[in-house]
Amino acid sequence: MWTFIARRLLQSVIVIFGVTLISFVALQIGGDPTYLFVSERATEEEIAMVREALGFDKPLHIQYLTYVANVAQGEFGNSLSYRQPAMEIVLGALPATIELTIFALTFAIGMAIPFGVFAALYRGTPVDGGIMTMAMFGQSVPNFWLGIMMILFFGLYLRWFPISGHVPFLMPLLQGEVAQAFSNLPQTLYYLIMPGIAVGFYSLSRNARLVRSSMLEVLGQDYVRTARSKGLTERSVVVHHALRNAWLPVVTMVGLEFGFLLGGVVVIETVFSYPGIGRLVFNSINQRDIPVVQAAVIVLSLIFIALNLLVDLVYAKIDPRVKL
Amino acid sequence: MSDVTTDGLTTLAPERGSNFGRELRRAGRSMVAAKWPVLALLILLVVAIVAIFGPMLAPLDPNRQNIMLRLAEPLGEGPRGATFWLGSDALGRDVLSRLLYGARISLLVGICAIAVGGTIGVVAGLVSGYFGGWVDDVIMRLGDIQLAFPFILLAIMFLVVLGPGVMNLILVLGIGQWVTYARIVRGQTLSLREKEFVEAARALGDSTTSIIFRTILPNIVAPLTVIASFNVASVILAEAALSFLGLGVPPSVPTWGSMLAESREQLIANKWWLAIFPGLAIVLTVLSFNIIGDWLRDFLDPRLKERR
Repeated sequence: MWTFIARRLLQSVIVIFGVTLISFVALQIGGDPTYLFVSERATEEEIAMVREALGFDKPLHIQYLTYVANVAQGEFGNSLSYRQPAMEIVLGALPATIELTIFALTFAIGMAIPFGVFAALYRGTPVDGGIMTMAMFGQSVPNFWLGIMMILFFGLYLRWFPISGHVPFLMPLLQGEVAQAFSNLPQTLYYLIMPGIAVGFYSLSRNARLVRSSMLEVLGQDYVRTARSKGLTERSVVVHHALRNAWLPVVTMVGLEFGFLLGGVVVIETVFSYPGIGRLVFNSINQRDIPVVQAAVIVLSLIFIALNLLVDLVYAKIDPRVKL
Repeated sequence: MSDVTTDGLTTLAPERGSNFGRELRRAGRSMVAAKWPVLALLILLVVAIVAIFGPMLAPLDPNRQNIMLRLAEPLGEGPRGATFWLGSDALGRDVLSRLLYGARISLLVGICAIAVGGTIGVVAGLVSGYFGGWVDDVIMRLGDIQLAFPFILLAIMFLVVLGPGVMNLILVLGIGQWVTYARIVRGQTLSLREKEFVEAARALGDSTTSIIFRTILPNIVAPLTVIASFNVASVILAEAALSFLGLGVPPSVPTWGSMLAESREQLIANKWWLAIFPGLAIVLTVLSFNIIGDWLRDFLDPRLKERR
């Protein structure tokens, strides 16, 4: 177990190193990266000053080491449009994005398990057909288009849900205003429903298929037959014997899914004018505010890597077959 | 390679191109039996025709602005007696014509990105699986690093520096896909490496390059086609998302993703046609690729069908 943890930690460190290398290469790929850190109206002296301040006048390997040191300290330079450290802006937008991602993940996994199980239990029936058709469709719809359609129908036509905005829950919680946070919670969830479903629908579809095939495999195993021949009720066989094993592949998916959802969040936040990292990235792309884009991408990647590490460790804990 | 060795290989290699015609007829029958793949194929055929002949089919110039006729509803009156079949956008451009031109970019980017990613991935996988050792280690760890990094973020990071453009888009999307191919090909190569017909090729004195590309590669084409068809679907989705973010192709080129991005500003005003038609075009295309991929997987590996 400990060797597994140690090896997995080492692996994560290598990956983080890879992330810094890739983002460094991305900066260098268009020539002198100094121009990415100054506004278009900057004077020659300003450019020279920034170049020196960020160390872009040094040889490449020194630049890379400086870059890594800066990243380690969360120093990505100042935002060009906000005149504040890029990292501060990104961290300010992070709680809203985490709320959206957790909502979407809960929705996707929470619905995928019952859908997948029912499809497997009623294999070949219209129930199965319906769920699988929906899943196939869900994997073919761009999430942002789904978001736009939901805005048109549920937001503008039926007027059931707000089409934009966000009520913070995590932010007041982090600032110690617990009562405020919990009084916000119903509104927070209400505002999260449409963007959350739009982000999570693809994952729901993919995981419903995964749960179904995993369930079908488990249902064909000897121990399920044994459980049935013992005379257990079908319900007990499904819940206590089959499901416990069928959902293991889903646990592995959760970490990867989170990364996938983060990608979707970037686009969906723009559609719903949701004040998270995604919309920040979108606005920064349009203003060519590279420091903010870099900081956002790296922060999201680090969260993704940390989560995958966590999932692997949890998986090793809950699946007794993993003896590493 | 001399003729003798080629013949020797054909007889030793399992079913390589020997009964192609019969296989094709079997595929046709299986497709008709499954029904949906036939429809999917028809849709893709239409999209392909539109992509190739788009400029001839488009009723109007997709970039011709007409402020007087902006935001016309579908079937609305166009310039000089023409009809805006699917309405016009905020600049008075014909939605149908833009849609037809957009097919070109979606398919071009989708297929070229797969070609780039597939080529890199297949070569990396073959080399990795055949030689093993440190080469294998390096290639596979590189892949791990890339997969540990959400792809769309990687794409954003490069495209924001490189700037929009079809070539950049294809390269970034392509490089994003190579690991999938490399992993599958590596696994297949590892098992094929020990097979008798590869042994035979080696004994006959074939060069390593020839063994890898002429003996092993043809035998892993089947699983590759399955991944490729699913992959085209996800690349088209990614392209649409990146175009939507303004990182795709330059604004003058109409794409389905950028049409959706522009539709966002007209959403509150309920100009639904701007959002519905490009979205439907993406859904139908992606859905068709996914259906074909599903069918192809079942057809090529009937064992998987057991569980479906």
